[in-house]
Amino acid sequence: MPTSPVLDTRGLTKRFPGVLALDGVDFALRPGEVHALVGENGAGKSTLIKVLTGVYRPDDGELWHHGEPARFTTPSHAQRAGIATIYQEVDLLPLLSVARNLYLGREPKRFGLIDFARMHHEAAETLRGYGVDVDVRRRLGSLSMGARQMVALARAVSAEARVVIMDEPTSSLEPREVETLFGVIEWLRGRGVAVVYVSHRLDELYRVCDRVTVLRDGRLVHTGAMADLSRLRLVSLMLGRDMERVEREGATTFSGEREAWAGTPALEAEGLTARHRLHDVSLTIRPGEVVGLGGLLGSGRTETAKAIAGALPLDSGSVSVVGTRLKRGASVPAAIRAGVSLLPEDRKHEGIVPGLSIRENIALAAMPRLSRFGLVSEKRVDEVVRVFMERLRVKAVSPHQKVEELSGGNQQKVLLARWLALAPKVLLLDEPTRGIDVGAKAEVQRLVDELAEEGLGVLLISSDLEELVEGADRVVVLKDGAVVGELEGAEVTEDALMAAIAQGPGGGDGR
Amino acid sequence: MITTSKEAPTASIPWRDLAQRHGALLVLLLVVAVAGMTLDGFLTLGNLNRVLVSASFLAIIALGMTFVIITGGIDLSVGTVFALGGVLAAWASQYGSLALLALPLVVCGLIGLLNGVLIARAGLAPFIVTLATMLGAWGLMLSVSDEGNTTYLVPEGLVLAPLVHGRLFDVLGYSFLLVVAVYVVGGLVLRRTTAGQHVYAVGGDERTAALMGVPVARTKMAVYTLSGLCAGAAGALNAVWLGSGVTIFGIGIELQAISAVVIGGTLLTGGYGFVAGTLAGVLLLGVIQNIINAVGTLTSAFQEVVSGLFLIAVVLVQSRLSGGGRGGP
Repeated sequence: MPTSPVLDTRGLTKRFPGVLALDGVDFALRPGEVHALVGENGAGKSTLIKVLTGVYRPDDGELWHHGEPARFTTPSHAQRAGIATIYQEVDLLPLLSVARNLYLGREPKRFGLIDFARMHHEAAETLRGYGVDVDVRRRLGSLSMGARQMVALARAVSAEARVVIMDEPTSSLEPREVETLFGVIEWLRGRGVAVVYVSHRLDELYRVCDRVTVLRDGRLVHTGAMADLSRLRLVSLMLGRDMERVEREGATTFSGEREAWAGTPALEAEGLTARHRLHDVSLTIRPGEVVGLGGLLGSGRTETAKAIAGALPLDSGSVSVVGTRLKRGASVPAAIRAGVSLLPEDRKHEGIVPGLSIRENIALAAMPRLSRFGLVSEKRVDEVVRVFMERLRVKAVSPHQKVEELSGGNQQKVLLARWLALAPKVLLLDEPTRGIDVGAKAEVQRLVDELAEEGLGVLLISSDLEELVEGADRVVVLKDGAVVGELEGAEVTEDALMAAIAQGPGGGDGR
Repeated sequence: MITTSKEAPTASIPWRDLAQRHGALLVLLLVVAVAGMTLDGFLTLGNLNRVLVSASFLAIIALGMTFVIITGGIDLSVGTVFALGGVLAAWASQYGSLALLALPLVVCGLIGLLNGVLIARAGLAPFIVTLATMLGAWGLMLSVSDEGNTTYLVPEGLVLAPLVHGRLFDVLGYSFLLVVAVYVVGGLVLRRTTAGQHVYAVGGDERTAALMGVPVARTKMAVYTLSGLCAGAAGALNAVWLGSGVTIFGIGIELQAISAVVIGGTLLTGGYGFVAGTLAGVLLLGVIQNIINAVGTLTSAFQEVVSGLFLIAVVLVQSRLSGGGRGGP
C-alpha cells in the first residue's frame, strides 16, 4: 500500500462557543484504504468531516492534501479537489429528478446546453450498477430512502473522487443494499480511492475497514489497524470506560429478565388493514412486555406503529388500549389521550422541533395536562422538564438550550421525555437507537427495560437484530404488510429471526 | 448485487405532474374557447393582439419573478422598479434609443443586485429586503420626476418604436414576439444549463445544495439581478409604448406577477416551476381582464376579484396535488 497520505491533518483544532469540538487531531488517510472513524456523538467526527470537506474552517492546525498544505473554503472547493461526501441526513434534492440530482453541477452538454437524452441514459446505466432500477426522470422524492442513499453514493463516487467520506451510510439501507454498498467500497479500494467510513455498527466496521481512528471529546484516542483492535477494546476506547465493565454488561444493556404482567392487555390491535400497506395485522402487548416488530424495510413495521397511533388511515381493523376500544379512524390526539405514544423513525421531520428549546420540546405534547383553564402552569412545566431531563440523563447546558444544538442521542432522549411526560400506557418505539452513539444507545435500551418493568407495554421496532433479540420478550415478524411469524421466549434468536424474515407468508409458525 | 427498489405507488401518478405543469394552459384554452363562443369580437385578430401586447410587459416582469420564486424567494420591488425604469427610460430617450434602454437596465439591474447581495450575503429575508427596495425605488422615481410633476416624453420616430408598436404581417405585435423570444431563452437557461439547475437546487434545499457544491450565494444574486433587469426592461418598453414615463403605472404589478407565476404551476416554496406556465398565467390574467372589459357590465375593478379567486383555486389544487404525494417513504 502506498504510504504517502492523500489527506492528513496536523494538530487540527476547532472551537465552537463553549465547546472545543476538535482538539489537536492528527488524522492521516492513505490511498486505497477504508478508514473507520468512530466515536460517540459529540466526539468530533462530524466536525472533522466538515473541516475535511470545506464546510468549516479550522481555528488551528493544518490540513494537507497530497503532501501540500490545503485550505478548503467551500464544499465545492473540496469537491473539485476530489473529496466527495455522503452525509447521513442529506436527501439530495427531493423535488428534482433522479438524473438531475446525480449530475447536478456536471451535466453532460451538447452545444452548450444540457443533453438530457444522454444524461438520462447514462444515469440509468450508472444506477443499475448500484442496484437501483428506476425511471431516472422521476422525482427523487418518490424513491425509497435506501434508493436515495444509493443515488447519493453514485453521485459522490462518479465525481472523480480520490477520497470518499461516508457518514453513517447504512443507517437507511436494507441488508441487500448494504451488500451493494460494500461492493462499491471494494471497487473504490481497488481503484486506490481512500474511504472514510463512519458508522456505529461494529459488524460493518470489522467487515470493511482496514484502519480505525477513535475520537473522544474532540481528541484522538487511538489510530491503528482495524484487525488489531478487539471489539471490547474498541467500545471501551469510544466510551472511555474500562473493559471489564463493558464485558460484564454485554453489547446491549437489556437485562433480559422480566415478566409480563397479567390482566388486560395494554394494547390489542386486530386485523389492521390499509390498502397496499397493511393486511390483517394483529398483535397484543401486555403491560410490562416488550414486543419486537421485525422485518425488512418496507415490510409494514412503521405503518403498523402509525396505524396504532392513529397516524395512518385504516380500511378496517380495531385498536384497544387497556380494554378501551378506540374509534376507527381515530385521530392522533385521540390515540394520545387513550395513552398511546409514538416515537417516530424520522426524528428530524416527525419528531423534534429543532428551533425550540429542550423545555418547549418536552412540554409540547403534555401542555393540556400541564395547564388549567387553558393557562399553562410554568412551575409544573419546569418540574416535569427537570424530572425527565434528570431521569433520561439529557446532556445539555440548560433546559433552554435549543434542541438542534444537541447530539442525535440527546435529541432522541428529549423526544422520549416528551412522550413519557404524558404517562402513556403503550409506547411505540420506531428505531429508537438509529444513528445515535453507543453510550446513548445503551441508555435508551436500559430505559426501555425500566419502563417495561414499570408496567408499560412497549412495541420495539428495530433493524438491529441484536437489539430485537435482547430487548424483546416476543417478536412479531412482518413481511409485505402482513404478519408472517411470531417468536417467543427461547425461540427469539438471531438465526430464528432471520429465518422468519426470509420466509414468505406461510413460513414460520404463522400465528 | 442487482436489486430493484420499490416505490410508493401514490407518487408516480403522471396526471398530477401534468396538471401541475399544464393546468394554466388548459384553463387558458378553456376560457378562450368559452369566451370565443359567447362574446362577439373576442376571437378577432385585433382583440387577441391587444391582449397579447398589453400582457407583454407583465410577462417580462413575471419571467424574472419565476426565477426568483423557484429559488424559494420573492421580489416585491419589481413594481416600483418597473415604474422607475419607465421614468428613467423616458428621461434618457432624449439621448437616443441606446440610452433609453441602457439607463433603466443599469439602474434596475443594480437594484436587483442590491437585493441579491442583501439576501445572499447578509442573510436577510427576501420579503423584507425587497419591501425596502420597493420603497427605495419608489422614492428614487419620485425624485427623478419631481414628485411626479414632471412627465418626460419619449420622442416619436425612435429606432425602438417599431419594435413596440409594429406588427408582423400587420397582425401580430412585435412586442409579443419579443416576449416569446425572451421566454424561449429563459426556458433554455432554466432547463438546459447548469446555472438553471442551480436555481432549482437552491429552491429545493439551500443547505443541501451548498453541500452538493452549488454556489448558493452567487445563484441568488443572479436571480435577483435578473429580476431587476426584467422589471427595468419592461419599464423601458412600456415607456416607449405609452410615449412617456408614467409614474403611477406599475403599482401592484408585482402582485400580478407573483399571481401569474403561481397560477403557472411554480411552487411558492421553491424548487419547482416552469417559465411556460408563467406565460400561460400572464395570458390568463390578461384574457380575464379583456373579457371583463368586453362584457362591460362589470367594472374593471372586478378583474382583481376574479384574479384573486383564480389564484385561490390554483393554490388549492396545487396543495391537493402535492399533498397527495406525501406520506410516501
